[in-house]
Amino acid sequence: MKPLQKVAASILCAIFVLMVLATFFLPAHYARQFRDIPNAGPSTAHLLGTDALGRDSLSRLLYGTRVSLLLAPAAALLSTLIASLLGSAAGLLGGWFERIVLAATDLSLALPWLFLLLVVRALLPLDVPPLVSVVIAFLMMGLLGWQASVRVICAAARGVRDSDFLLLARSSGCKPARLLLRHVAPNLRPLFYAQFLISIPLFILTEANLSILGLGVMEPMPSWGNLMRGLEDFSLLSANPWRLVPLVLLVIVVMCFQLVLPSQEVTQ
Amino acid sequence: MIETKKFTSLFRLALRRLLFLVCLGLCGALVSATLVRFAPGYGVEERELDPRWSASSVEALRRQQALHQGLPSFYFHYLSALAHGDLGESDSLKRPVRELLRQRLPVTGNSVLRGLGLAWLAASFLALLGLASRGWLFEASATAFNSLLLSLPSAVVAMLAVHLRTPVFCAIAVVVFPRLYSYIRNLLLRAYDQPYVLAARARGLASRVILCRHVLPLAAPPLLALLGVSFAISFGAAIPIEALCDSPGLGQLAWHAALGRDLPLIVNVTLVVSLVMLAANFFADLAGRTFAGSAP
Repeated sequence: MKPLQKVAASILCAIFVLMVLATFFLPAHYARQFRDIPNAGPSTAHLLGTDALGRDSLSRLLYGTRVSLLLAPAAALLSTLIASLLGSAAGLLGGWFERIVLAATDLSLALPWLFLLLVVRALLPLDVPPLVSVVIAFLMMGLLGWQASVRVICAAARGVRDSDFLLLARSSGCKPARLLLRHVAPNLRPLFYAQFLISIPLFILTEANLSILGLGVMEPMPSWGNLMRGLEDFSLLSANPWRLVPLVLLVIVVMCFQLVLPSQEVTQ
Repeated sequence: MIETKKFTSLFRLALRRLLFLVCLGLCGALVSATLVRFAPGYGVEERELDPRWSASSVEALRRQQALHQGLPSFYFHYLSALAHGDLGESDSLKRPVRELLRQRLPVTGNSVLRGLGLAWLAASFLALLGLASRGWLFEASATAFNSLLLSLPSAVVAMLAVHLRTPVFCAIAVVVFPRLYSYIRNLLLRAYDQPYVLAARARGLASRVILCRHVLPLAAPPLLALLGVSFAISFGAAIPIEALCDSPGLGQLAWHAALGRDLPLIVNVTLVVSLVMLAANFFADLAGRTFAGSAP
């Protein structure tokens, strides 16, 4: 690991620890309103001030970090699992199955990612409880974000298909499922790991875009996306620069994820 | 003779890809039809609740709807209407989707093309500048700047564009640029490291000649493929940018449709965008293969 990667990994670890321990040192619940002090500046009681509804900004930031940083990896795990299964099976089996999987991948890759998410989001009800909106947003990303990874994994599995150890396993009477789980998957593990890491920042950014557009995590549940909706009013922002903290945190986390990504030989 | 063979194989490949494209388009249309058919509220007519309508009129309306209730019949009607350019009617705007697309597509097309042009120019220029200088300071600062842009959500870029009063295409260029820059730089770097480029340099060939005769022909096919991909990236970026910059394009239309749960509109807009993307990828792929075939 290069020194810069170590620094990035350390920053990510620190943010994860802070996020997990947030419950113990939060000044207030994220939805609690201090109605007498809306739009307040930083003070000892509210380190990052309060928002327009008088809610403590630090509490909302820490809860929002928890939502984004726990669920983006969960969605990435789901999408990587789907991509691993489909890609490995397509690469291993070849023939019609591979063609169908790759054609489906081509079709969904032809669609801009946000268009696809908007279509699926429009199919689901919009007036849902905040917790359900969080689950919907990340589940949607997990279920729809596998296409790019499938192509990479399928190409790698195709490379393994004609290897000697697989030929030996086949001649010993190994069934396809066992071949996939015991022989192909372990060889592609670094690739699965790389695809998982690539997906996390992508999902963090997508959640931010969806929530800013009002189609992601719903209020009062905080996430990095809906915390950034406050950035629309730049006149307020110049007077209260601490409102940029969610954006700064998001940029730092995404940059750190980019830095800790394995080398391109593994990811492509 | 060899030329004829090359042309024939390219023609066959183009035909095969075109057939594949048509099949994909048909699949996309079927998926769209399924989404519209099973959308919540499909088949429910507000006019049935209107007291001014007589019982016989309501009955006639129901009979007309029942004609398309069966799935095969619905698919047939949807696809035949699609073949005639009829994309249905928007639920929320009560206007034909075709008319809305005719109004909005040029706005987005204009922004996307100009944004892509700017992003490609900036990314190519910076990548070439970096390779010419090969200084660590330039490389480090360009990589850091690129990484910063990659970490910004498109919606935040759109907010900045609103604040700075920059045109929509500039915001699209800012979103697309970092994705292009790193790829173009890596491609050119790989091409410059080829032994024959090194040999050309050792022979004292001018940088311009090396770039045009040896580096670009090698990098052109993947760059052309990237052109197809960059279309998809810029159309995706157009949603938050047009929505927040209040630009009346396809992105804003899709956003309004999603907020209003207007399934016929968003599904058909997405179908048209995906067909445009498939066509762009087809031409980029074909151009790349032609270039690879004609390269020395």
